[in-house]
Amino acid sequence: MRNYRTPLRRARGLGSAKHGVGSWISERVGAIALVPLTLWAVFGVLRLAGGDYGAAVAWIGQPLNAVLMVLTIAIAFFHMHAGLRVVVEDYIHVTLNKSALLILNLFVCGLSAALAIFSILKVALGGAA
Amino acid sequence: MTDAAKAPRERPLSPHLQIWRWHITMLTSILHRATGVALYVGALIGAAWAIALARGPESYATFKGLLGSPLGKLVMFGLTLSYFYHLANGVRHLVWDTGKGLDKHTASATAIVVMAFAVAATVAVWAIAFMTGAA
Repeated sequence: MRNYRTPLRRARGLGSAKHGVGSWISERVGAIALVPLTLWAVFGVLRLAGGDYGAAVAWIGQPLNAVLMVLTIAIAFFHMHAGLRVVVEDYIHVTLNKSALLILNLFVCGLSAALAIFSILKVALGGAA
Repeated sequence: MTDAAKAPRERPLSPHLQIWRWHITMLTSILHRATGVALYVGALIGAAWAIALARGPESYATFKGLLGSPLGKLVMFGLTLSYFYHLANGVRHLVWDTGKGLDKHTASATAIVVMAFAVAATVAVWAIAFMTGAA
């Protein structure tokens, strides 16, 4: 049977979910925030790599370090989730595989960020073993 | 209408990867994605560091032992290079997002700047690491 619907009618509803601009902006704002945060984290790594456990606990115990570390973790995992999502969407075209990988990406990023942030707060608030 | 006129015409396809002549902006694009994926693994190592710290001195010592091993240092060196590359090329992308620097000569020139920066910054950080006893 011939399809009498116009090309416009067929295209309607298949476009963006109307959240494209928001995603685009939040990806860029996250990237901008990560420039100073990750540069600071590199100095943190250099500082802690030479020290022992006590030095690391003392460093994380300082409020500024703890807060910047939590922010770095949260924004970095948000950025990674968005980045790998695009990689999966570009290369994986089988819907089930794609969905599985997108969910796995979300869960890995969410769980890792939550564990890392909880760990930092635990040490910073004096709960280190 | 004849059958030939009704049949859908073959649509032109864009040439695939192996058809293209290699150019530097292509390399920087591929490297941005590759380093991004490498840094994904790097961030998981970072999360493992935080968890090891919260678990106590023994876990932390084990973690530091792993990263301090020759293989651990090689991984950290690769992550440093990936980080500075992704950082510089990320800034290049942010500049592009403002509509600037997109013509091919500027894009090729900034590609070289980004790669030179990545190598120089990595060497600088590892020089500092060796001088301060961090590596």
